[in-house]
Amino acid sequence: MLTSPKDTATRPTPRAVPAREWNGRGGGFLVKLALLAIVNAFGVAVVLAAWRVESYGILAASVAILVAVDWVYLSRRTVPLKYLLPGLIFLAVFQLFVLGYTGYVALTNYGTGHAVTKAQAVDAVLIQNERRVEDSASYPLVVLRDGAELGFAILDTGTVRIGTPDQPLYDDPGAVVDGEGRITSVTGWEVVPRAELLTDSALQQRVFDLRVPASANAEDGSIRTREGSTGAVYRSVLEWDPASDTMTDVDTGVVYTATDRGNFVAQDGSALAVGWRVNVGLENFVRAVTDTDLAKPLLRVTGWTFAFAIISVVSAFLVGLGLALVYNDERVRGRKIIRTLFILPYAFPAFLSALLWRGMLNPEYGIINDWFFGNAYISWLGDPFLAKLSILWVNLWLSYPYWMLVCIGALQSMPAERIEAAKIDGAGRWRMFRSITMPQVLVSTAPLLIASFAFNFNNFVIIYVLNNGGPRFADTSFPLGHTDILISAVYNISGVAGGVADYGLASALAVIIFIVVGGISAFAFRQTRKLEEIGS
Amino acid sequence: MRKRLTLSAVAVASTLLLAACSSAPAPAPESPSPTEAATETASPSEEPAPSGAELVVWVDENRQPAVADAAAKFEAETGATVSLVVKNFADIRTDFIAQAPTGEGPDIIVGAHDWTGALVTAGVVETIDLGDKAGAFEKVALDAFAYDGQLYGLPYALEAIALVQNVDLVGTEAPATWDDMIAKGKEAGTERAVVINVSATGDGYTSYGFQTSFGAPVFEQDESGSYTTTVGMGGENGVAFAKFLAENGQKGEGHFTTDIDYDINQALFSEGKAPYTIQGPWAIGAYTDAGIEVAVNPIPKAGDETPAPFVGVQGFYVSAQSQNKLLANEFLVNYIATEEAQQALYDADPRIPAFTAVAEKVAADPIVAGFYASASAGVPMPSIPEMGLVWDLWNAAEAAIITGSEPEATWNKMVEDLEAAIAG
Repeated sequence: MLTSPKDTATRPTPRAVPAREWNGRGGGFLVKLALLAIVNAFGVAVVLAAWRVESYGILAASVAILVAVDWVYLSRRTVPLKYLLPGLIFLAVFQLFVLGYTGYVALTNYGTGHAVTKAQAVDAVLIQNERRVEDSASYPLVVLRDGAELGFAILDTGTVRIGTPDQPLYDDPGAVVDGEGRITSVTGWEVVPRAELLTDSALQQRVFDLRVPASANAEDGSIRTREGSTGAVYRSVLEWDPASDTMTDVDTGVVYTATDRGNFVAQDGSALAVGWRVNVGLENFVRAVTDTDLAKPLLRVTGWTFAFAIISVVSAFLVGLGLALVYNDERVRGRKIIRTLFILPYAFPAFLSALLWRGMLNPEYGIINDWFFGNAYISWLGDPFLAKLSILWVNLWLSYPYWMLVCIGALQSMPAERIEAAKIDGAGRWRMFRSITMPQVLVSTAPLLIASFAFNFNNFVIIYVLNNGGPRFADTSFPLGHTDILISAVYNISGVAGGVADYGLASALAVIIFIVVGGISAFAFRQTRKLEEIGS
Repeated sequence: MRKRLTLSAVAVASTLLLAACSSAPAPAPESPSPTEAATETASPSEEPAPSGAELVVWVDENRQPAVADAAAKFEAETGATVSLVVKNFADIRTDFIAQAPTGEGPDIIVGAHDWTGALVTAGVVETIDLGDKAGAFEKVALDAFAYDGQLYGLPYALEAIALVQNVDLVGTEAPATWDDMIAKGKEAGTERAVVINVSATGDGYTSYGFQTSFGAPVFEQDESGSYTTTVGMGGENGVAFAKFLAENGQKGEGHFTTDIDYDINQALFSEGKAPYTIQGPWAIGAYTDAGIEVAVNPIPKAGDETPAPFVGVQGFYVSAQSQNKLLANEFLVNYIATEEAQQALYDADPRIPAFTAVAEKVAADPIVAGFYASASAGVPMPSIPEMGLVWDLWNAAEAAIITGSEPEATWNKMVEDLEAAIAG
């Protein structure tokens, strides 16, 4: 290892050790080999597991990762990649995949009523429309086997009747029934023991799917069993024709045709309950901006999101900076204790503080009105303007300690010579703050300000816990309110919390939010470079 | 030094890789939650060609012990394996709809009946046939799990809210009407005559008994008891209820106020500051802990009809994508739908049993009997997917009327919005 090409490459003054140069296989290499072997063994295990459960996406990804790892760590030409690869894999798995998948969902109609594939939807429709024949009896039943063929035997008022999918039920006088009414043997068939039936997955599936016609007339329905010991007569109301892609109601003759919107729809427009996921292109994005019922409230939500994020960051930063300036002054007594006290709000979990604030802001029972407003009735969270004010206030309370900490750090790391130089040049306090302190603080805090903006842009917790987006907009049927920010709006529209889900639309909105936040962050980071030029 | 660096880089890289590989299934949309991964005893993918059949059941923490007992008996008698996965009750619905289509979901879940519509339209739930056992269950419980004439769940517990009263302040006698209750409440001389949860977001669920006493159901029911998508809250009856809310709201008598949320409601009643409240069985523990002796009675009439609160039913669903449907049905019908298992479920999590024999046994307790009576007069909470559209609009309209909006206009606007949203 000492003499591996990588070492020679990075070594400032290469030593010539000719005796080991050609060998290059030290103990380190063996360790590397062992680790790679472990990784490979694990990777192959994952690949095999993926193969067994037919998860071909995971299989392909695992193979690709494994090949990449082996190539990178065994090749001599990939020195930088040896360091970068783990990070790149994480980036691919946790960032790019999530982004890509969200983007993919945004192009579909995934949501309530469109949650499954078409094949599953067809199955579900058929399941839901196979109905028990009204007032039909339940019969004791056993499963019969003859080689690979399966059949049922039922006990119908003292008579044992047997049948197979191809042969409707017929009487079997030779069958034996024990004292407890169980069929123990029938002519020409083996009775499958119950224990075997319950432990054999494949057999179970076949038995569950088995239908034995009750008579030669298909209208009479078929015997089926759900748990293997009783049977009843069922009839399928719908018939599936894969060739023409239609479901036909055998009673009414109504034909439901599969549409490219992922539903079975009849001539009169009525649709079957279960639909499937289809690609709808950019429709979700178009809807977000053109559907007036959605676009108008969304625009207001967007405006408030920006206001909330910007005001939260700026107010917390200014309060934090002010406190930092004051409590960084050596003349303040007991500043360490005071600073610790100031940091307290930062130490509580945010959602807990938000819950406490919600209680304190209660108009009748909260202590805010009680203590500070002479028990007046002020509906802090019920009025659109006051609710926004309350949220900004609580968020300020939660986040100024962070900025105080950061600013104290920035102030303390400021070179004292500059202040001295400014003093000698005769600069006043304000001038010194404006030209020296502020730019210096901004250099080190600007990236944090941007990060904080991005965080507040998506600060779901405080919005959700404090007031759940309320008070609600009165002029839309979407569950959105005056203090909803984009991310909580997406949450409400997605229907994760209950109600009608539209993951497609929610994903489209999430993609838009990503583009907005990403764009603003990129722009802002570019701007901070200018600050750094000032600072240096 | 350099050697060590290279080595540790490789070591770190391989650890990262191990982590990356082990989380390789994570990108799939159905990524399992940590709790699930931790409690799942054996995931199907790790077992080399399962020889015995395995049932995966999603339960919540409360019901886990009772289901585990039934599962142990089932395992012993059939040789099959049952894996219980403990999940947060509120997450089961969404996770099930997301995971079932991938084929990796559970065979059975515990759930609430009002998920039925969502599960049916998602195409993830199998029908159930209780056969001759259907007669052993409360009818309202079976109706609740029925959707378009098919049964989709095995019910096991009911719950409904009722009038809870402080025995020391107003005795055990049930007030017949709203006015009667208010008069008695005022006589008790407490801070409030009655405390009813509204909260800032509104709470149509708690007030639904009063609403139905005006004859204004959320959705109309057809002759078989199934809910239709016709909104029943419009018209005179709905407006009468809206006016009732306004009269008793913050600009009126003040009995309904958005300032009272669940926690404040609990505090006021527990401190004896209000003699009456409308609450469910889950709230009783807090009252008895606070030393309040309570009596439970049906909700009093505000209009002319019998108040019918929403009944919530809990039960078990079978996945449409299950590979072990026969076993799943056997487990539910022959092991869970038994008096013994239903009693165990009641003991583990005391809710009114849906199994009549057990319900009658536990109704010896007057508190249970009170909720049982209230539930018997109730209607199943609609399980049609359209109900999801109702909550936000409905709650918000009630909150607005209570805080002083013009009742008739606000109510009618809500009904119009709802009808528009349902029409899509």
